[in-house]
Amino acid sequence: MTTGDRSVREGWRRRALLATAASGAGLLAAPAVLRAQPAAVKIGLLHPVTGFLAFSGQQCREGALLAIESINATGGIRALGGAKLEPVLGDAQSKPEIGAAEVEKMNESGVAAIVGAYSSAISLATTQSAARYGIPHIVDVGVSDQIVGRGLTNTFRFCPGYGVITEIAIANLVALNEAAGKPARSVMIVHEESLFGTGTAQLLQKELPTRGFEVLEVVKHANPTRDFTNIVLKMKSLDPDLVIPANYYNEYVLLARTMRQQGVRPKGIYSVLGGAASSFKFVAEFPDDAAYIMDCNHWYDPRKPAALELRRKVEAKGLYYTYEVFLAHEAVRLLADALERAGSANRERIVEALATSDWDGHFLPYGPTRFVNGQNQGARPLNTQVLGRNIEVIFPREFATAQPVFPMPRA
Amino acid sequence: MVDPSIVAASALHGLATGAVYALVALGLSLVYGVLHIVNFAHGSLLMLALYGVYFLHERLGLDPYLALPVLLPVAGLAGYALHRWVIAPAGGARDENVLLVTLGLALVLENLALVAFRSDTRTIETAYSFSMVALGPALLPLPKLVALLGSLVATLVLWAIVQKTDLGRAIRAVAREREAARLVGIDTRHAFALAFAIGTASSAVAACLLLPSYYVSPQVGHGFVLIAFTIVVLGGMGSFWGAFWGGLLIGVVESLGGLFLGESLGQIGIFAIFIAVLLFRPTGLLGRPL
Repeated sequence: MTTGDRSVREGWRRRALLATAASGAGLLAAPAVLRAQPAAVKIGLLHPVTGFLAFSGQQCREGALLAIESINATGGIRALGGAKLEPVLGDAQSKPEIGAAEVEKMNESGVAAIVGAYSSAISLATTQSAARYGIPHIVDVGVSDQIVGRGLTNTFRFCPGYGVITEIAIANLVALNEAAGKPARSVMIVHEESLFGTGTAQLLQKELPTRGFEVLEVVKHANPTRDFTNIVLKMKSLDPDLVIPANYYNEYVLLARTMRQQGVRPKGIYSVLGGAASSFKFVAEFPDDAAYIMDCNHWYDPRKPAALELRRKVEAKGLYYTYEVFLAHEAVRLLADALERAGSANRERIVEALATSDWDGHFLPYGPTRFVNGQNQGARPLNTQVLGRNIEVIFPREFATAQPVFPMPRA
Repeated sequence: MVDPSIVAASALHGLATGAVYALVALGLSLVYGVLHIVNFAHGSLLMLALYGVYFLHERLGLDPYLALPVLLPVAGLAGYALHRWVIAPAGGARDENVLLVTLGLALVLENLALVAFRSDTRTIETAYSFSMVALGPALLPLPKLVALLGSLVATLVLWAIVQKTDLGRAIRAVAREREAARLVGIDTRHAFALAFAIGTASSAVAACLLLPSYYVSPQVGHGFVLIAFTIVVLGGMGSFWGAFWGGLLIGVVESLGGLFLGESLGQIGIFAIFIAVLLFRPTGLLGRPL
């Protein structure tokens, strides 16, 4: 809400400034001014900034706006004569159908491309609506593999989908467990009811038994859920070695806090795309509940200075540096790179440029981009663990900043 | 398979939820008993009360339990005014019209809340939100225990008002025989509005007890009003203790259902009982035979 107001205000201020400058300079040399100020390229930023996903949606929007700000500050899109990027903000209100309606509005306002829409369910709807108008759509977070599996040529996902993430998460879990002398054999999965949680849980439920784990229980819960007592009581009676949560931020935090409250302490909490497990917000607000939680999630390459630079910038604004922020930030930069390659704000040209993109200027652990059916092939998650009030990378080795602590200490 | 202490904890938990359900249902039942209408706006009024508690906490730092003395008179007056000057005049003399007016009111209030507060789900954080109390082998969150005890006290106060005061007698007289009550000098319009005021005030009490362990959104009333309606029918339309015991029963059934059948199927038990009662005892558990 506030970000929207601010960017609208800034938009006005900028326009007023441009108008004054243009009219003043126009008296002297109108054609030169026209050449010096190429038309701004409108970029739709579509996120659920209200509703139950509000926190994550706002984080995405912040990240995307920061990227636009820094691109504009460093000369805009050079291939377009230094054209600035102009954000067109949309709010999906945490509902897919509203997201789809926002695409219609963005189309009418003439956006060159859309970056969004955080959740899988919303992204599924927005990419489809955007496809009708041929609007290139970069999915910043939505992890469901259906998003890129439908043959929509306008849809590009920079980050990994849950298929790849779950596969890597299971491989790393097996490695972690073996290295610790196989303390974990039984698993309980707690997931949220929408596409992301259900899909992830199904993959885990299928794969884990083939890797020597017994899945004791799979529990689904609604969004929002304000009470995890029953689920945690069930956990207490089943006594699993590992608890695997797959849910969004609020529910994840509440689940972890209820577990501690009820004295449930498994050998490990290992989440796949845990909504809060690798969030600095969770670690700062509830350090005791977050301690030792492991996660396989989107993460930045901790060796890249640009990633740490952005972290400083985000924290200086009083915000948390969560995966939503850096993924949306890099998604916008991917789009900017495509605009440079296309040398045009034409939707078709941008789609072509994205499809053949081999961009390596980003700070994610992916390598150069290569899109096949809209999915970036090198995209992968990293494994993190909350250690000493910080989030450390524990897997794979080349990115690791700390050794894993597993099983987690009892006290 | 399941440890008895876990079943006990879940049941206790359900009892706490059920006590709040009962309180919400009592407000609905009282209005039904007197006005012979189902007040569809009951859930929306609960939602507004929850927002009241939320903003008193966020803006003024007022503890949700201490918000009660502020919210109770406000809710009572608002309920009185709403019935006296909106629902009664708009509904005219016919009960069906009043029913439609409350339905319309619910739609208006909910959409106003959507405009004013957006569809965000809001929660508050208090120092005791995650405190636990050990009751035998079971651990119960402190806000749940307060909700349980608070609802029991509120229920007793409500019962005392209805049974022991002149106000309560007037309301009961109007409920039993409208015309005769008017003939013996009871201001029936006043009595109707008072019944509505008490119903609204009981939602305000429920809101104060709920928010520390719950959330508020413009749609939050839906779930409650559906369950409260089920409880009122289950207990016997207009029966005070029927609504009370019905509320507790529904809370426990929901909680145990969640434990054994999973969160998404937990509510099956509620409606299975509901259908069974309708089939075999259509007047409700404690309702008078027709």
